[in-house]
Amino acid sequence: MILVFVEQNNGTFKKASQEIISYAAAIGKQTSQPTAAIVLGEANNLEALGNYGVQKVFHVNDTRLNQLDSKAYTKAIVQITQEQNAGAIIFSNNSTSKAVAPRVSAKLKAGLVVGAVSLPDENFIVKKSVFSGKAFAKMKINSPIKIIALNPNSYSIQKSADNAEVIAQNINFDNTDFTVKVQSTNKVQGIVPLSEAELVVSGGRGMKGPENWNILEDLATTIGATLACSRPVADSHWRPHHEHVGQTGGTIRPNLYIAVGISGAIQHLAGVNSSKTIVVINKDPEAPFFKAADYGILGDAFEVVPKFTEALKKYKASHSS
Amino acid sequence: MKILVCLTKAPDTTTKISFTENDSKLNEAGVQWIINPYDEWYSLVRALELKEAGIATDVHIISVGKADVEPIIRKALAIGGDEAIRIDADSNDSFFIASQIAEYAKANQYELVMTGKESIDYNNSSIGAMIAELLDRPFISHVLNFNIQNGETTSVREIEGGEETDTCPLPLVISCQKGLAEQRIPNMRGIMASRTKPLKVVPASNSEPLTEIISYEMPPQKSGVKMISPDNVDELVKLLHEEAKVI
Ligand SMILES: Cc1cc2nc3c(=O)[nH]c(=O)nc-3n(C[C@H](O)[C@H](O)[C@H](O)COP(=O)(O)OP(=O)(O)OC[C@H]3O[C@@H](n4cnc5c(N)ncnc54)[C@H](O)[C@@H]3O)c2cc1C
Ligand SMILES: Nc1ncnc2c1ncn2[C@@H]1O[C@H](COP(=O)(O)O)[C@@H](O)[C@H]1O
Repeated sequence: MILVFVEQNNGTFKKASQEIISYAAAIGKQTSQPTAAIVLGEANNLEALGNYGVQKVFHVNDTRLNQLDSKAYTKAIVQITQEQNAGAIIFSNNSTSKAVAPRVSAKLKAGLVVGAVSLPDENFIVKKSVFSGKAFAKMKINSPIKIIALNPNSYSIQKSADNAEVIAQNINFDNTDFTVKVQSTNKVQGIVPLSEAELVVSGGRGMKGPENWNILEDLATTIGATLACSRPVADSHWRPHHEHVGQTGGTIRPNLYIAVGISGAIQHLAGVNSSKTIVVINKDPEAPFFKAADYGILGDAFEVVPKFTEALKKYKASHSS
Repeated sequence: MKILVCLTKAPDTTTKISFTENDSKLNEAGVQWIINPYDEWYSLVRALELKEAGIATDVHIISVGKADVEPIIRKALAIGGDEAIRIDADSNDSFFIASQIAEYAKANQYELVMTGKESIDYNNSSIGAMIAELLDRPFISHVLNFNIQNGETTSVREIEGGEETDTCPLPLVISCQKGLAEQRIPNMRGIMASRTKPLKVVPASNSEPLTEIISYEMPPQKSGVKMISPDNVDELVKLLHEEAKVI
């Protein structure tokens, strides 16, 4: 059996969850095994996970699991893996899996590939991102059980009308399994997090100061993009740290990355060059970013960006009928 | 309270990555090795701050690597670690590395083990959580703010699109993210002192690597940039829709 660990967010399953289920189901098909999802904590509408290719859902409906405690999550996933005699566990490479997948790996002595970007081949060799996106490595998992954490936006969703069978799963927790207490969470509302964003608008030092970000905000809102920035911009507190992308910031792989007033230093490119399409707006023809771009506009951001936003608005108006 | 800070070496961030031996090895010619930035700037410095605040008594540094990691270990001692341990092995398998560190940590009773959020070469973001499992301890990842009061820790950790504040008793393992501390440059006194600080070399114990890297490859080259006139942004919109199909 192929297992896939899925998180529900506010009653829905994010795109990244749909991607990993489709990915797990594809491995299941490849290796002629059934695929089942693991869901921890309160959740609803789990039958619908069948739409993306799982036959079963093991649901541990315990409210203590509504919040992450990596010890408790690990216990649940390990127990289900052992009971089902599963051969592989798939995670989405996100903040929860970073705390959980390696624990499960250590417990089960199951080799782990983090940041996978494609399906494993018949020898279970998986391609993964290394050097913050500057290169890829083909990694072989030698243990009987294999664990993969798939990068978001690396596998396309396959949808059907099938429903999954939901199985209530019991785990024998004791009190020592829960040691972490969540005091508060603080989330930016209504914005797709950078790691999952398909469209990203990013600004660099060429924007001159935080007061000029309104033109990038307009551009981002017009197409529903998430904002990012270069490191000096975050270091100067023009923008919050979580928007910083690059080798020492977030590594992202959106479908579209629009870089405005960013020179394209190697450390910046490392985090963003897996983007499918890159647009660079810069007033310096020598800016290294143009070499890594698909489309470029040589010009002053303060003139080009508002015009570009207007053109996008016009395009949207004509395509929204 | 004793803290164990895990350090790994990483190629300097300006390194142009290339591979040798049929793309099976990193081409190390001309590569400058640095302390993995998350380990140096955030994890080590926060550990030192906890010592300066009288909360920690000892800050020890551990690295799994061959003799070539000693310069970066010395640098960490110059920044302020009290003593260092090098486990003599060369491996890029996370489970192997974590097993070595966990074994040492268990035998020497560190209440807090700190790692970087990830190594900037393999980007596995795994070793801290593995150590936690091997020690049967709680783990908090991507910590941007960390404090200890009466044996109770408070961590702010990064989550998708936001932050979460967690409390948890010691002993604990955390992985450290940008924001946790400010980078420190070693001063002359630190550099002098580091030469006489203890650096123990410990043989590696047996542990099976669970993974191996078969080969590397570079991302596909971009076919070249298409320049669009700033007076013709409509053209860009059209290309993004029709050619790139991203909007
Ligand atoms: C260890 C280390 C790690 C690092 N990690 C990262 C990282 O993770 N992410 C990161 O981004 N950087 C990182 N850096 C920094 C990196 O080396 C560069 O310094 C940084 O990316 C430059 O940011 P920038 O492009 O915004 O600024 P600059 O290099 O100053 O570039 C500004 C650009 O704006 C253009 N410009 C100016 N005015 C206009 C205008 N009116 N219209 C259009 N264009 C204009 C200029 O032509 C120029 O190309 C790291 C550095 C080190 C040493
Ligand atoms: N060889 C090593 N020796 C000691 N610590 C390491 C080693 N490799 C990685 N680490 C630690 O584990 C963290 C995460 O590394 P990784 O799981 O490889 O991304 C790093 O930031 C280091 O703190």
